[in-house]
Amino acid sequence: MSILVIAEHNNIEIKSSTLNTINAASKLGSEIEVLVLGSNIDNVSKEISSYQHVSKVIFIDSEKFENAIAENIEPVILSLAEKYSHILAPATTFGKNVMPRVAVKLDVAQISDIVNIESEDTFIRPIYAGNALATVKTKDTKKVITVRPTSFDVVAKEGGSGIVEQINLDIAESGVEFIDREESKSDRPELSTARIVVSGGRGLQSAENFKLISDIADKLNAAIGASRAAVDAGYVSNDYQVGQTGKVVVPDLYIAVGISGAIQHLAGMKESKIIVAINKDEEAPIFNIADYGLTADLFEALPALSTELDKLNSIEK
Amino acid sequence: MKILVTVKRVIDYNVQVRVKADGSGVEKENVKMSMNPPDENAVEEALRIKEAGKADEIIILSIGEEKCQETIRTALAMGADRGILIKASDDVEPLAVSKIVSKVVETEQPGLILMGKQAIDDDSNQTAQMTSALLGWPQATFASKIEIEGNIATVTREIDEGLERIKVNIPFIASCDLRLNEPRYASLPNIMKAKKKPIDIKSADELGVDVSPRIEHLKISEPPTRQKGVMVADVAELVQKLKYEAKVI
Repeated sequence: MSILVIAEHNNIEIKSSTLNTINAASKLGSEIEVLVLGSNIDNVSKEISSYQHVSKVIFIDSEKFENAIAENIEPVILSLAEKYSHILAPATTFGKNVMPRVAVKLDVAQISDIVNIESEDTFIRPIYAGNALATVKTKDTKKVITVRPTSFDVVAKEGGSGIVEQINLDIAESGVEFIDREESKSDRPELSTARIVVSGGRGLQSAENFKLISDIADKLNAAIGASRAAVDAGYVSNDYQVGQTGKVVVPDLYIAVGISGAIQHLAGMKESKIIVAINKDEEAPIFNIADYGLTADLFEALPALSTELDKLNSIEK
Repeated sequence: MKILVTVKRVIDYNVQVRVKADGSGVEKENVKMSMNPPDENAVEEALRIKEAGKADEIIILSIGEEKCQETIRTALAMGADRGILIKASDDVEPLAVSKIVSKVVETEQPGLILMGKQAIDDDSNQTAQMTSALLGWPQATFASKIEIEGNIATVTREIDEGLERIKVNIPFIASCDLRLNEPRYASLPNIMKAKKKPIDIKSADELGVDVSPRIEHLKISEPPTRQKGVMVADVAELVQKLKYEAKVI
């Protein structure tokens, strides 16, 4: 049987989480079909059809799908569900919002946030904020799964030659009216896929002081992250949050500044390749997982770091 | 309007969870248990809606073993009116939980259901969405602001890209983010009062819901541990290490 992947996109660009999810699907079978629901998505659909492993793209172009309302997406997936053994979506707020609706209507227990695939019915997923890994085997014949994007590489954007099929389906009016969306605009790399992340915590003490973080991020071409404490305090907006209830990041370099290292924060960054911690409290738990630790007042260390980085002229852009 | 709030008893968020040596699960003996943190936000939000005169009764629902009554009592001490415990083994999957909640909704007829967005033990993030689909009520997940005017609610949702606002009609179901509000502490008089508030106890069987698990946990293991690295003396040494040892900048 084939595998269905639900594409995440914003009608213009395809989110990299879609590429990670297609890769996860390729470990389950060779017939991979991608469902694209959106408005004015001819280009998006065509682009996905050329991705590695994709054998078919199914799309519906309708204003009803412009804002990814879960109630509108669910009936489309259900109408197609019969022919697939597995239905996969990324474990992003998009996938988390939609997939449990599909699972319950199919009377299937969803497997959330998988990080590894053992076989077609056995998966590994983190529980307790990643303090334990569960190997789970489902008894359901149809599998509804969300995939942790950072645990699977992206597929190549070329090499596939999937067919593209437009379908139509009448969807009943949902009880949800979209009002608006407030997205943080930034020229920096996207937090969840950046090669370098510089994160600030409560130690920054104010939104104003986060400039010290952005200055370093600019010099390293890094994304900016934050602990929950920093977001709760209003230093930066919610989309910067790294951790159990925020984003999971796996950069080559993660620099944690003024972050003590609560288990909930570690859940979102402890798989990073190299971790640097800068904290004035030498007892801070973040030092236990850091490859390089510096006990220092961040208000002295960050300007010094900025100067040192200026001295290096070979920073990758 | 009645508000139904679901609460889950979980290992306290401050506890360092330990995996059992035999791989059968995590250590729960003599471990502090508490209400799932975002469920506290759900209880708090219900209290604020009631205090604003927009609801007249708050019902707390928990599903699990006998001891979940303690978690219900915590919510009653915060100010909720009465509790319902549906007895079942303590690892009921979200699929079965959503079926149980739907059954309770049939009898209680609330206008609003509030849940935490995710339980910090199994991190599934499914129950509100499943319940919404079963009931055919609109869902407002990951809510960080809920404004109710008459029959209409405007909900601000925390999404990966930032914030999104949607409008839904009552009845609806919201899953609450930790930033929705600051949960209150129960006062001593309220803790005493809560002891007299009623908790209705039923079993999942009585509701006719099959709670047998669909997912088998073959093994629970420790994640790979990181070695503690080195402490550097100053920023200059740090940059040298990152450049020439780790080669990441």
